[in-house]
Order: sequence, then C-alpha cells, then structure tokens
Amino acid sequence: MAKSNVVLHVADVHKRFGGLHALADIDLQVEEGQTHAIIGPNGAGKSTLLNVIIGKLAPSSGQVVFDGAILTGRKPHQINQLGIARVFQTPEIFADLSVLHNVMIPAFAKRDGAFTLNMLRSLDSETAIRQEAEHMLEDVGMLTRRDMHAGSLSRGDKRRMELAMCLIQHPRLLLLDEPTAGMSRHDTNTTIDLLKKIKSRGMTKVIIEHDMHVVFSLADKISVLAQGRIIADGTPDEVRGNPKVQEAYLGGAH
Amino acid sequence: MANFMSRNDLFLFLGFTIVVLAMPIWLAPFGAGYPDLLQRFMIYGIFAVGFNILFGLTGYLSFGHAAFFGVGSYAAVWSFKLLTLDAIPAMIFAVVISGLFALIIGFLSLRRSGIYFSILTLAFAQMSYNLAYSVLTPITNGETGLQLTLSDARVLDAAMGQTLVGQPVPTLLGQQLSGYAGFYLCAGFLILSFFIAQRVSGSPFGMMLKSIKSNQTRMQFTGFNTRPYALSAFVISGMYAGLAGALLAVTDPLAGAERMQWTASGEVVLMTILGGVGTLVGPVIGAWLIKYFENILSALNDQILANFWSFLPEGAADLMVQVTGKFVGDGWFLTLGLVFVLVVVFLPGGVMEGVRRIAATLKRSGTPDSKSRQTQPAE
Ligand SMILES: Nc1ncnc2c1ncn2[C@@H]1O[C@H](COP(=O)(O)OP(=O)(O)OP(=O)(O)O)[C@@H](O)[C@H]1O
Ligand SMILES: [Mg+2]
Repeated sequence: MAKSNVVLHVADVHKRFGGLHALADIDLQVEEGQTHAIIGPNGAGKSTLLNVIIGKLAPSSGQVVFDGAILTGRKPHQINQLGIARVFQTPEIFADLSVLHNVMIPAFAKRDGAFTLNMLRSLDSETAIRQEAEHMLEDVGMLTRRDMHAGSLSRGDKRRMELAMCLIQHPRLLLLDEPTAGMSRHDTNTTIDLLKKIKSRGMTKVIIEHDMHVVFSLADKISVLAQGRIIADGTPDEVRGNPKVQEAYLGGAH
Repeated sequence: MANFMSRNDLFLFLGFTIVVLAMPIWLAPFGAGYPDLLQRFMIYGIFAVGFNILFGLTGYLSFGHAAFFGVGSYAAVWSFKLLTLDAIPAMIFAVVISGLFALIIGFLSLRRSGIYFSILTLAFAQMSYNLAYSVLTPITNGETGLQLTLSDARVLDAAMGQTLVGQPVPTLLGQQLSGYAGFYLCAGFLILSFFIAQRVSGSPFGMMLKSIKSNQTRMQFTGFNTRPYALSAFVISGMYAGLAGALLAVTDPLAGAERMQWTASGEVVLMTILGGVGTLVGPVIGAWLIKYFENILSALNDQILANFWSFLPEGAADLMVQVTGKFVGDGWFLTLGLVFVLVVVFLPGGVMEGVRRIAATLKRSGTPDSKSRQTQPAE
C-alpha cells in the first residue's frame, strides 16, 4: 500500500462511553483525493468516529492527524478552518433562515475566517458571495427553493442543502454521514453524480453509507466497522469477497 | 445608496424617524404629549433596541442589563461633577464605561449558554446593585443616590471660566435641556440608535448573530468562533444600556442604585418580548406601551376608582374598587405580569406578530388573487 500521500490519519483511537467501548484501536488512513467509505451495522461507531475527527468528541486515547496537523485538542471551528467540512446524520442547518442564507453563511467563514466585525457593510452588497451561493444551489438542484425557510424543507432537501453548505467552502476533506438517507432513488442518483463530479476536482471524502449501491459506485477504499473495531479494509472488490464482512454486515443486510 | 441601505430599510428608517419626531403631536390626544413622559419613551426605547441586539439576534437572554443602565447613569453624573455640565462628554464617558463593564461581565457570563448564562448575568447584576447600594458608597453615595452640588469640581467648566448661578443642571452646548429640548435630544439618540441597530442587523455580522441563535453547533462546525460574536453583541447592547442610563441622568441628574435592581433588568426583557423579539421596531413599541401604561395605572388610586365605578350599586362598586385596586398604583406590576403571561401564551411574537397576523388576514380577504401574497423572506 502506498503511504506517500496519506492526508488523514486516525491513529490508535479509542473512545469509551462509560462501560461502552464505542471505538477500539481504530487505525485509519485516507489518501489524498480518494473516497473512503465506512460501512457497518447500526451502532458500530461510525458516527462516533466522525465526531472524533471533527472535534465534537475527544478520543479517550489516540489522535487524529490531518495533513501534518494534529486535530485532537483543537476546537471545531479551528478544525473546519483547516479545510474539513461535514454533513451530519441528522441535518445540522439554520432552520429559521432562508435556504440562500444557509449556503451564504459558510462562504463567509471561508472568506473572512473564524471572526470578523463585519458590520459596516450591508448583506445586500455581498453580491460575490450571493452569486457563489446561487451557483452552489444550482449545482445541487435547489435554486428554486432559495427563498424558502430551511426548516420547512423535506428531509432529503435539507440534506442536499447541507451538502451545498459544505461544498461552498471547497473543503480539502469532506465527511459525509449517510448523505443520501431519506432521499428518493432519483435524488440519490443526482447526489451520486454530484459527488462523482467533485471527486474529479480532487477533494478527499470519507463517506458513511448504508446504501451499497452508493458505496460501490463511489468508493475507492472501504473500511468495515463492527462493534467499534475495523474488521476489514481494502478495495471494494476485496471487501465484497471477505467472509468476515459477509457475516457481520453484508449477509445481515440482505 | 443601494449598497448602503435597501429601499425597504430606508422607508422603515424614515417612517420611524417621522413617528418619533411627531410624538408630541400624535400622543397629545392620549394624554401623553408632555416632555417628561416622552423622554422616558425615548430612553427606554434605546435600552430595548440595544437589548434586542443581544437577545433578539443571538438568543442569549440577559437578566442583568440594568447594571449597564445604572453604570451609565453613575458615569454621566460623575462627568457632570468632575468635568463639565455639558451632556456630550457625559454620554461619551457613560458609553465607554458601560461598554468596558459589559466586556468584563459578558466575557465571564458567555462561558455558559442557555439558562446558566441568564443566571450568571442576574448574579453579576445583583452584585453590582449591592456594591452600588452599600460597599461603593464613596462612588455611588449609597441609598441617597449621586447628586450634583454647587461645590463639584467641574474642571473643564472652571477652566473655561464658567461660574454657576443657582442649582447645577446639565446643558448641551450652553443650552438648558428642560422641556422639549430634552425630548428632542433623547429623540435624536433614539433615531441614531435605531439606525445603528438596523445597520448591524442587516450586515453580515448581524446574520452571524442570527445564525448563532438558530444553530450554534452548526456555526462552530462551519468554522466560526461563536464566542467573540456573542461577546460583541453583548458589549454593543451594554453600551446602548449605558447610553440610555446617561440620558436619564441628563434629563434628571440623580443616579440611584435602584436603577440596577433585577426588576429593572426584567422590565427590559418584558419590553422586548411584548413588542416582538428579534424585530427592529417591536422592542421600541414594547417600551412605549409599558411606560405608557405604567404612567397611567400607577397614578390611579382608590379615590379615582371609586368615581369610575360609581355607576354601579353601592356594594358592587365597593367590590370592584377592591378588586381593580389590586391592579393599579403599586399593584401595576400585577397587571404587567398578567398581560405578559397572556402575550407569551397567545401571541409569542408580541405586538409585531399581532400586526403581521392582522395584515395577513386583511390581505387575504382583500385580494382573492393569492399570487400577490409574497412568501415571507426569512429575515
Ligand atoms: N455521546 C454519546 N454518549 C454515550 N453513548 C454514545 C454517544 N454517542 C454514541 N454512543 C453510543 O456509541 C455506539 C456507537 O454509536 P454511533 O452513533 O457511532 O453508531 P453508528 O455506527 O453511527 O450507527 P448508525 O448506523 O445507527 O448511525 C452506540 O451504542 C451509541 O449508543
Ligand atoms: Mg451514525
């Protein structure tokens, strides 16, 4: 395995919740530009792993390194400013703002940093950011909903909007926690196409997904998580043929 | 101009300005067209507009903003005593001092959010009140309150060779501020305060504050350090409170500790919620309504009530005087509490939501063409 361009390294991470060993001895290396899928049954610890990466949870031991920088111990906003964005399993959006504003806000974080006292300008005069947000909404097929309250969107649309909120920041690493859950087959396919499109731009992605159709059409590498441990690791074909995986996950799902 | 302010904002600002400046005229039929009460409308309007920048935009509910109001009053009176009787230095001094004070209290309180934040602000404000009432007597003159005297230093006035005849009273560029002059000074500051609040709320910074209220977690994972944003809002609203406190000292140069008590902090919360949290004009309307009814109801006594109910038979009239008497005079807070409960239960968006609902109903019944109804933009 070529270790030359590993951009994300989760090293010996453990996470305990009281007596529950939610992550045990996780070692995960993600290479630049690749799409790395994490699959596994419910409660395996997949979301917990993402929470540790983006600083929502501190690991009990071990550390996460992104492009030479140790993430462990940094605040969520600092981790984002290093170029990491995340789509959550339950959409984290600004429910009482408009769709357009939801997508504009992350663009401000990208342009102005973690804090600026930007109160002399008017929001209406921020045409560059507005246009960028409109393009982004067009990319995810939501431009017609730009003036709607984000809270009144359907589950699938919230997810697509959250994806747009992440993509507008042009992150170097994008973490996706079940990005197509709650979407129709048609919307799922649109999202796959979109994710493939950004793949060609060289963005690194870690994607958690239950839908095997999505996983096998996107992933370069797959890690299988069960009961907090990585039980298999490799290319889609390797993982598909692995009997342990059949037993722990694929066999159970169908 | 388009880059600076949208047409709607401009109309709102102009409308607000006209309504405020014409208050002596349109409030006269309501028996409120006299300078003393109008000044209070302006001062508490400023207090509420500033409070809304914190509470309405970021969602952080402070129960201690009267502390900054009180600090503004004390600072202004000290400026009158030590520097000059002119109002301008007093207000600048008050805004700076209350801003610094808000920076300290905000820094400490914002380490927590939600109810813990509210309790921290309440605790700091009560501490400030107690300090002003007893411990810091040399600065605050304790129970009696800080007053102007003939023997004050007033170094700037002295250097200009000005000597006083009679009681010292605050002035503006040599003009006395009694009567309508005082009202127009306060009105000018309310209009300026409103303008600044409008700018803040319509700026990218204002949008960040609203996003903190909407989903602070998402803000953090989006790359924003939310604490300095909330702290800036806290300091700005503290400065507004200080300005309001200073204006109260300008129109009546006496500062007492009771201005910092928790009831005063609670009052500005009520004003904001009654008028409409998060809206620009709502808090001002809330302040006006509360001050107006306070003025009327707290002046009522059993004598007046007896006259009012005299059309009823004797026993019934006595009973009504007994019952309604509980809600007026010192019991006015009972009425306020009752109205507040009704508003929160039936009209959580306050007066502004009521106005919106009525407007929507009228529109719907007026024009059957549903296409003319624009979707409410998420402000
Ligand atoms: N903050 C927490 N406190 C306590 N226990 C937690 C916490 N977060 C997760 N867990 C537990 O850790 C285990 C792993 O949860 P996690 O959400 O990571 O699973 P998952 O693989 O994402 O599952 P799903 O496919 O259902 O989303 C579960 O048993 C869960 O109950
Ligand atoms: Mg999960």
